[in-house]
Order: sequence, then C-alpha cells, then structure tokens
Amino acid sequence: MIRARGLVKRFGQFTAVDGIDFELYRGEAFGFLGPNGAGKSSTMRMIGCVSPPSGGELSILGLDPVADGPVIRARLGVVPQEDTLDLELTVRENLLVYGRYFGLSREVIRERTAHLLDFVQLSDRAEDQVEPLSGGMKRRLTIARSLINEPEILLLDEPTTGLDPQARHAVWDRLFRLKQQGVTLILTTHYMDEAEQLCDRLVVMDRGKIAAEGSPPELIERYSTPEVLELRFEPDRHQVAADKLASVPAKRREVLADRILLYVTDGDATLAAVRALGLEPLTSLVRRSTLEDVFLRLTGRRLED
Amino acid sequence: MAAGEFTRPALTGAVFAVRELRFWLTDYRRTWRGSIYSSLLNPLLFLGAMGLGLGSLINARGDTAIGGVSYLTFLAPGLLAATAMTTAVGESTYPVLASVKWVKTYQAATASPLRPADIFHGHMLFVALRLTMNCAIFLAVSAILGAVQSPPWGALASLPVAVLTGITFNAVIEAWAITRARDTSFAVIFRFGMIPLFLFSGTFFPITQLPAWLRPIAYLTPLWHGVALCRSLSLGTATLGGALIHVGYLAGLAAIGVAAGNRTYRRRLYV
Repeated sequence: MIRARGLVKRFGQFTAVDGIDFELYRGEAFGFLGPNGAGKSSTMRMIGCVSPPSGGELSILGLDPVADGPVIRARLGVVPQEDTLDLELTVRENLLVYGRYFGLSREVIRERTAHLLDFVQLSDRAEDQVEPLSGGMKRRLTIARSLINEPEILLLDEPTTGLDPQARHAVWDRLFRLKQQGVTLILTTHYMDEAEQLCDRLVVMDRGKIAAEGSPPELIERYSTPEVLELRFEPDRHQVAADKLASVPAKRREVLADRILLYVTDGDATLAAVRALGLEPLTSLVRRSTLEDVFLRLTGRRLED
Repeated sequence: MAAGEFTRPALTGAVFAVRELRFWLTDYRRTWRGSIYSSLLNPLLFLGAMGLGLGSLINARGDTAIGGVSYLTFLAPGLLAATAMTTAVGESTYPVLASVKWVKTYQAATASPLRPADIFHGHMLFVALRLTMNCAIFLAVSAILGAVQSPPWGALASLPVAVLTGITFNAVIEAWAITRARDTSFAVIFRFGMIPLFLFSGTFFPITQLPAWLRPIAYLTPLWHGVALCRSLSLGTATLGGALIHVGYLAGLAAIGVAAGNRTYRRRLYV
C-alpha cells in the first residue's frame, strides 16, 4: 500500500530522514520505533501528504503524495502527535466539522458519529465541550475523528505519549480492535511495550536511518538473547563489579549509568555464577529481552532518554 | 471505502473552500451574538460622538470643504470603509494565529483533502461574510441616525465597495499573519498601521486638508480608495473613471494578497 525508496526529508542543513526504504501491506500494523528526533514524525508527515519529500520515492496507494494529496488524504485517517481538536466545540461538533472536510453529508456523519463515539466509549460525552475532557478522552476522540471517513490506512503519531497507564491501555485496546477489523495501522512510538503490543512488523529508526526491520519476536531473536540479567550495585562498587563481571560468560554486557545488563540464555544460572564470584548485587532481575534491548544493541543508546 | 464520496473531477478549489467556510460558520455559531452587539455599538458610538456631536460644531462653520453636506452625511460613508478595514484586520490576525498555532484547527484541516490554499480561501469567504454583515449593520445604523441621503441607492452601492476594501486588507494581512511565529507584531500593525490609516485616509476630513507632501502617501493607501469611492457613491458625486481606478486598485491589491497567501499558507502548513 505504501512504498518508500531512499526517502529523504531535509530542513535546511538538517537531515531528518536520511534515505529510508520500507514497504507496507494491507491489513498489517506497522511501526516506526525510535527515540525523539529519530525522524519518525517527519516520515509520518510525508505519508500524510502534508510534507513534500526532499528526495527519494514515495508512493501511497499507488499515488504520488505531492500531486495527488487530496485523493490520498481522502483515504487516510490521521491521529497527529498533538491533538488538533477544536476545544470550544462539543464532541459531536468536532466530528461534524471534520466529516465535512471530507465532503460527507450530515446524515452520514450523524450515523458514523453514533457508532464511532460508541467505539471510543464517549457516547455519554457527545454534547459536552471538548476543553474539559481528560487527555485520554481527547486522544480517543481524535481517534474517532480520524475514522470518520472510514480510512483504509490509519496514521498514528505517538498515539499514547503523555497518557497515564490506564488511558494508554484504553487506547491500545481500541487500536487492537481496529487492527482486528482489518484497518491498516501505521504508528510511531518511542515506547517499546507499545510497539510489541500493536505492531506486526516494525522498523527501528535512529538519526534518520532505519537500523533494523522485522517483527518484534524476530528482532529480539536476531539482536538479543532470550533473557537479560539486570544487576544494580551501590554506586561506589558499580565500576569494580562491572570489571569483575567480565569473567562471567555472557553473550553481551551493557554497563549503563545505573545498571549492568548481561545478555544470556539462562538468567538464573548467570545470577548464580555472579554470586559464586562473591558479588552480591543490591537488586537483581531476570527478564525476557525486549525491543528496548534491541534498540540498545543497535544504537548504543536507550529509547526513552 | 470512503473514496466513494469523491469523484475526482469534482475536487475543485471552490468546493474545498466552502468546506472550510462551513467550519468557520460552525465555530461562529458560538460567538455571533456578542459580535452583533459590537457591530451595532461601534457605528452608534462613532456616528453619535463624531458625526452628531463634533459635527454640530463643524456644521456651524460652513460645509464647503466637505462638499455641501452635513458632517454626519460626510463622515458616515468614510467610516463605513474604515469599519470594513478594522473588521478585516481583526479577523485576519489573531484568528489566523489561533488556527495555526494555538488550537491548530488548520492542521486538522490539512489531514483532510483540503489544501493550504483551500483553507486560506475558505477563511477569506468567512471574513467576506462577516464584512457584509458588519457593513450592512453599519449602513442600517447610519440610515436610522439620518446619515443616508435619499434615495438610498448610492449608499447601497457603497456596501460592496466597503466589503471589497475589507477583502483587500484581509487578503494582504492574512497572507502575512500566517508567517508569524508570535502575536507581538499584531499590536504593531494595529498601532502603527491601522490607526494612522483610520485617522489620515480621509475618513474624518478630506485629505485636501493634509499638508501637500502628505497627500501622495494618502492616495497610495487602500483605505483612502475605499473611503473615496464609498463617499462619492453615497453623495452622488462618483464618476465612472474614478470608480474604476478605485476598484481596480483595491482588487489588484487583493489579488496580490491572495497570490502571496497561497504561497505563505503552503509554506506554513506543508513543512
């Protein structure tokens, strides 16, 4: 549905997106995972036909985003990073105004509004002004609004950034249902749990480039170990412990500012080996590898810093 | 799926601009009552204080400089054009920055089929409606206060001219306002642009009263062209040649504003 080859976006001297390739298929949930400033939002804006590419090729639904912007946008739904709701209008009026941008008749909008508000669990707030709604409710309303034209592709730029855990789960649940209904989802996120929960396939972006591509389990398998042992020592023992741990067999080790990570197959066995060296960590945690570990491995940096 | 609502050839700028206009009309439903009060109060205050109050002193000194009519009759058409200007400048500044920066309703519209130029033109259509409303109310108040000569055809003809004057200011200022990052320069426009124009473009006194070196500057201002044509139409002294020059000047400047706005809107919204 979307194809990019050597896609570039420059802002003056700064290159935000530096020659990326990707391809997207109908019905999948595709993610751009990366830290702030990786070029995710710039890529999304180019897909949304509101930012002309500086170089490379981009084809959306077989059309050219610069020449056919209106036709493409009629078939897209967009949930921008910052809410663009009209705060002075009511929930219902926001959908009405937005539906009219797409040339929908009042009756069609009324019908869709009823079921969309039901879908995002805002039916009881339909006549309320948007301003006092919570952040999570505004996000859900933005999602409902983005669906008013029954889009084939839904673009979500950091859909849960700034929401509390409960509101995030409510949003994830709705997006998961959309995915079940066959809507193609494209989302950017810097939350690895979000990417793991929602994405069938994702690319890891860093500094405008794609560092890796695959499904979350594939990426974890390719770039990490099944388990991770996280150790925390007193700050004054941190470096000494790190040096001593060099003798413990591990596929890879990461010495972070506050923790030491050992990438291994069996975390408990490794912890026993650490203790056998006479090292007693303040805290220890054996966990499964995540996309965060993949990112750390690929870029040497953490995602949410 | 949704593409069914669109047939490609019908995707014209006019259709899209009307969609944006309808957004503004929905928004305006919340505030129209308050805006009507100020549309009524403004002409009442100005025509009352300046036209009737100050006018009584001026009328006592003779009326040759103002064309042999009462000061109120002289003032009303000039003030009509000036009202169009102030309405237009008001609608072209803060609402534009609010739409692009504070509330981001423009960004919401860019996610739909609408293009930046459609969004710009749609807002201009809304401002044109607001201008028509305000100027019509102004004329009605002038008529009630006795500032309109009978028969009122000339005064009625001045309505579209006043609206055109407003559209000219709207196009130019809006094309510029969308480029602003902050609203600080709007106050400068009000103080050093609008108020001098308001005072020295022939609204309150004929510009023949200005020092000779200032007059050419006044002739170049769009407000003077609006004031001159509204007044000559209202007082029945308009000539075809003069009218064409005034309308041509205003329409030409408006066209430049629209062309500039098409670019500046695109630059701001398609980053």
